[in-house]
Amino acid sequence: MDKLLLGRYIPGHSWIHELDPRTKLMASFYYIGIVFLANNWQTYLIMFVATLFMIWLSGIRIGFFLRGVRPLIWLILFTVALQVLFVRGGTVYWHWGWLWITKLGLINGAFIFVRFVLIIFMSTLLTLTTQPLSLADAVESLLKPLRVIRVPVTELALVLQIALRFVPTLMDQTTKIMNAQRARGVDFGEGNIFQQMKAVVPLLIPLFVSSFTTADELATAMEARGYQGGDDRTKYRILRYHQRDWIAAGGMAVLTGLLLLLRAY
Amino acid sequence: MGNVIRVQHLNYTYPEAKHQALTDVSFDVAKGEWLAIIGHNGSGKSTLAKNLNGLLAPESGTVEVAGMTLSEETVWDIRAKVGIVFQNPDNQFVGATVADDVAFGLENRGVPRDEMVKRVDESLERVGMTAFADREPARLSGGQKQRVAIAGIIAQRPEIIILDESTSMLDPAGRQEVLGVIRELKDELNLTVLSITHDIDEAAVAHRIILLNDGKINEIGTPSEIFAHGTDLLRLGLDVPYSEKLKDALIQRGVTMPKAYLDNERLVDYLWTLHSTM
Repeated sequence: MDKLLLGRYIPGHSWIHELDPRTKLMASFYYIGIVFLANNWQTYLIMFVATLFMIWLSGIRIGFFLRGVRPLIWLILFTVALQVLFVRGGTVYWHWGWLWITKLGLINGAFIFVRFVLIIFMSTLLTLTTQPLSLADAVESLLKPLRVIRVPVTELALVLQIALRFVPTLMDQTTKIMNAQRARGVDFGEGNIFQQMKAVVPLLIPLFVSSFTTADELATAMEARGYQGGDDRTKYRILRYHQRDWIAAGGMAVLTGLLLLLRAY
Repeated sequence: MGNVIRVQHLNYTYPEAKHQALTDVSFDVAKGEWLAIIGHNGSGKSTLAKNLNGLLAPESGTVEVAGMTLSEETVWDIRAKVGIVFQNPDNQFVGATVADDVAFGLENRGVPRDEMVKRVDESLERVGMTAFADREPARLSGGQKQRVAIAGIIAQRPEIIILDESTSMLDPAGRQEVLGVIRELKDELNLTVLSITHDIDEAAVAHRIILLNDGKINEIGTPSEIFAHGTDLLRLGLDVPYSEKLKDALIQRGVTMPKAYLDNERLVDYLWTLHSTM
């Protein structure tokens, strides 16, 4: 139950770990954007080297990143196969009915494959080196400009923070209820789809009800400690950009420059 | 030493309930006192606690805390003076980490960050949780979570701490740990403690006990006065302290015992003198 995407953070003190979460979040999005700038083998090579360099900086073994690719491997192979079999151009190697394997198709397939892997590596790097909590802080900080159009950013941030904080607690509760129902004879994950769906009810309803209790008690505790909502609150946790964040931004700029330069060839 | 809490003719009925949860409750609490409120399930203990800091609004009667009469204008000032530690350690943990949780109340009051950091460190130090500052609640024991809840409250520098059955979901070790911390803090910070409890041994260490029964005050007295009722307490759905049980068992076996309540120490003294043949 604890194999959640968000819970995969690996504690560490590497150069990447210590970056401001806002930098990491923005850089990851930016990186995913510029992956699409790459269009030939030189640009892909540059991207690949840059990504490997970042992975090396994070000090996390490459195995973790490969494991990130694994769940998506069928999707990747499927997309690659489509490219290989349906794109026509250049030398024809094989041809049967409407299926063609051509030079252009093979190249396109390889590029798509690399593109997928790069994007997955980058998002894995983000989740492995950033605590979910810091990510929530980063989201809050980056959303702040939306206050102008009356988006309740502070409230959203509190909701996000409480949600993240209660994920493990609710997981524990789920396991407990599952075991309690098993002990009373409920079979989870057995039978046909309808039986399985029916078996989930004795899990969902108690969980739902206990969430109400939790919400009620939490709200009482928050009020007792003076929570009145609004923007008058001060913040304990603050984010600050440091020198390394500027270096990271510079690195991204250089990468973009190189890509634009080599793209033309 | 003046009274820090003064409750007069308090009545409260939950919306949709047929019976009054509290009927004509009046009592005073002196500054620096440790007061225990005991009573069976549904006797109105928690309702009383929530009436003291405005989480519930009294139907009639007045509540005065630290010189302020509870009303809509004063409720937030009163909450700043009264900290409550609730029963369920998980459901009152707001922050994502220990330090965040301790800071939560300070954030609400707009305490500047420098001051906040100082107070968070200080409070964690006081409850002995400094080493856990970055931990998430999922990785703490129940007793540790309650210690964090206490730290979150003393960071706000209250005058009164209410323990609303705060030890009832803990194991005996966690219970001792939490009560130990409270006892130390009480003397150090000159706090007034109101402990609402089922645990009779926790009530036995209080200065005074309020015995609630069906929303009414049955009796207010020192532990010796209350526990002198002995097994009559069982009728009110309460337990009796261990020493009282032992005394009862000895009387049934024909040992002559004094009628007055004896705590553990005095009981040992008494048995020792009884046994002595000198």
